[in-house]
Amino acid sequence: MSIKDKVAIVGVGCCKFGENWDKSEEDMIVEAAFEAYADAGIEDPARQIDAIYCGSLYTKNGPVEVGEALKLYKPLTAVSNYCATGTEAFRAGVMSVAAGVYDTVLVVGYDKPKDRGVSGPSVNIRDVRDLPATPAGWFALCAAPYFKKFGAGREDLARIAVKNHYNGTLSPKSFLKKQITVEDALNGRMISWPFGLYDCAAQSDGAAVAVITRADLAKNFRDDPVLVKAVASGSAANPHTDPDHDFLRWKPTENAAAEAYKMAGITDPFRQIDVAQVHDCFTLTELLTYEDLGFCDKGAAKDFIASGTFELTGELPVNTDGGLKTFGHPTGATGVRMIVENVLQLQGRADKRQLKKQPVLALTHNIGGFPTGCAVTIIGME
Amino acid sequence: MTGITSYGAYIPLTRLPFSVMAGKPPKDGGPEKAVAWADEDSITMAVTAAMNCLQGVDRSSIDLVILATTTYAFAEKQGASIVAKALDLCGDVRTVDISGSLRSGTLALQQAMDAVKAGSARQALVVAADCRMGAPRSGIEMNVGDAAAAFVIGNDKVLASLNTVASCAKEMMDIWRKQGDDFVHTWEDRFINEHGYIDNTVKAVRLLLEKSGKAASDFSKACLYGPDARSHGTVVKQLGLDAGQVQHPFFGKVGNAGCANVPLQLVAALESATKGDSLLLASYGDGADALAFDVSAVAADAAVRRGVAYYLERRRVVDHYGKYLTARDLTIKEYPPIDDQGISATVQYRHRDENFSLQGQVCACGTHQFPKGRVCVRCGQKDQWTPVTYANASGEVVTYTFDAFFPSPEPPTVVTITEVKLADGSAGPRIHMQFADASAKDMEVGKQVEFVFRRIHQVGKRPNYFWKCIPLDNAAVKGDAA
Repeated sequence: MSIKDKVAIVGVGCCKFGENWDKSEEDMIVEAAFEAYADAGIEDPARQIDAIYCGSLYTKNGPVEVGEALKLYKPLTAVSNYCATGTEAFRAGVMSVAAGVYDTVLVVGYDKPKDRGVSGPSVNIRDVRDLPATPAGWFALCAAPYFKKFGAGREDLARIAVKNHYNGTLSPKSFLKKQITVEDALNGRMISWPFGLYDCAAQSDGAAVAVITRADLAKNFRDDPVLVKAVASGSAANPHTDPDHDFLRWKPTENAAAEAYKMAGITDPFRQIDVAQVHDCFTLTELLTYEDLGFCDKGAAKDFIASGTFELTGELPVNTDGGLKTFGHPTGATGVRMIVENVLQLQGRADKRQLKKQPVLALTHNIGGFPTGCAVTIIGME
Repeated sequence: MTGITSYGAYIPLTRLPFSVMAGKPPKDGGPEKAVAWADEDSITMAVTAAMNCLQGVDRSSIDLVILATTTYAFAEKQGASIVAKALDLCGDVRTVDISGSLRSGTLALQQAMDAVKAGSARQALVVAADCRMGAPRSGIEMNVGDAAAAFVIGNDKVLASLNTVASCAKEMMDIWRKQGDDFVHTWEDRFINEHGYIDNTVKAVRLLLEKSGKAASDFSKACLYGPDARSHGTVVKQLGLDAGQVQHPFFGKVGNAGCANVPLQLVAALESATKGDSLLLASYGDGADALAFDVSAVAADAAVRRGVAYYLERRRVVDHYGKYLTARDLTIKEYPPIDDQGISATVQYRHRDENFSLQGQVCACGTHQFPKGRVCVRCGQKDQWTPVTYANASGEVVTYTFDAFFPSPEPPTVVTITEVKLADGSAGPRIHMQFADASAKDMEVGKQVEFVFRRIHQVGKRPNYFWKCIPLDNAAVKGDAA
């Protein structure tokens, strides 16, 4: 059984991401949701929306933050899966519509980490094992074996940072709008080898919203609805203890991609996918994702990076809006923000960063945990 | 015949040169002291010394563990129980802390000898460890150093048997630390040395000579406590000992390791002893102890054993005094550390085998797993486990990173995924583990490592312990692999 073509996205919204000192969760949720309402032509949310699925990793009070912000009192579900939380909220919403439980659902991803008083992720010390528990430290663990085996290095990672920083300058809602050079990236302060400052996604606040509905009802909202072709989730053993892990890949991505490609009927992702937003929490994560999603062979990413394949003008543009690198990573918001960008690209509404060749099929990817979980969506025009 | 059947020592890798304490660069061959680094304390030093001592010893024969230290975090909560658990000694072991006096090391040795001789213990493990601090830039700071020494006391295969003991008590306020004091305090040194250390040490030794019918010249080596090199020299002179009879007291190398000072000297003396030697020990603290040992055998593995000679050669010099102050938590802070309930005691209780003993488990299918879980990651079966302790095994680094984000006195923290290597060469579990006593430049994929018990953090203002890995030293004997 497949979810393909059963559900459509008919409206998207996204607030400005950044260190939103003067905005609360409520402000960001309202801005993103009302933009999505307008995008879907929804004038009476209480009548037109049947349920809310939301995701936030740093929530202070739980899903009530969404219901109260929007004064929208509908069946309200919070979903959580580390950095894939936003995409998981979307997945849960899509499944509820496909199951025929609801007609139209609001998906809200948001997070407000900048109220915590720390510039990076907080270091929680609740045990004596598995320390230091920093995301940079976790995602860096593939570097030494990968570099050794395939001869890649920090320069290859730097090129990814340069690409995403450039794309971010073209996105009105991105946090960082600063072009950088490979030199800049290589000279950044070390965070966790091989990651310097520019290899790491920023911490920011943000919210993103999607309105989804039954495919057969979609045209009631918009003339150019985007169809959900696949929404998949994958997991794998904790790589810290997995006795068989080779630290050349992240298995959750491979697992989620296999499921998504099966649902969408994709056999040659590099040729069939036109644009992708992937989880560049760290530059190496994006590099491994090219391979783990099957865009190129294992070990070949550095050649594809060098030839510009994943740039805006390349064969398969990746992170066209600047990715986590320039939007930051308000965890619950990120997956939904990616879907927003893909919808804009598919509908030809991405302005300065609109791809020259009109894309038809678009992919999003999140990975999180140690990493242990991944979610992938594939959406496209009819 | 009751006596010492095994010995081991531990001296921290880090050395603080006196020149660096004076704000100058390190000087080759200049005087220095050994300092427990940020992840070390008396407990971790005791555990490592004991691991070195227990090589080849049947751990199930140990039924008494005595920890001697004057530097321990808790007034109420035993240290010996942590040491016993870290050594994975079986549950029916008597654990004892001896504290409060700089004589605690020799008092512990005597208590263990008495227990074994009386038959209330088969074999006893005695560990003395201290890391006392003098106030920054004080004379005491220069004299004190950190180290640990461990002995097994038993009746079989004795290396050195106890011949005679003599003790005297002396009440005076000469050296003290009140509850909560960080630094050693003393009264005027001429008074305390003359009426305290020198007077009583000489008195106890003379008592011992009288009881044993020996003369000072009969001893091959004298291991004498000394608060400083000069007072130590005065006692040597008053006892009429030749320079060749005197065990080096480690001033300018390790420093005065408190209640571990004389035990550490005893390890050094045993390392160079030959059969038929006799050893004199004298320690001071609120009175004095004198002990005479007869050397009946030399350890078969004496040349490769991890003792004083081994650790004196392993050095890492601190090049800036500020690093020492940071590592020992002596820097000024605007706010005190959070004094909360710390990490969950119930969680730690459930994780006691993993965290203290580095114990995991092997499934009936042959897969090792750490931490312990219920379901096997490979075969999916539930509860088909046998416990395995990995503390004495070696390991191989699968991958690593250098984490500069995590708070540390000397960033970056080197973090590894290390695969345990079992004695038969097969793979044990993979463990997320910090790399210690070495820097980023020493790390590579495939690095061979061994495991050490370390203080991980002080959340809840308590020491919290787990294991780290350090570069493997194949040259020296290590305990029986798991």
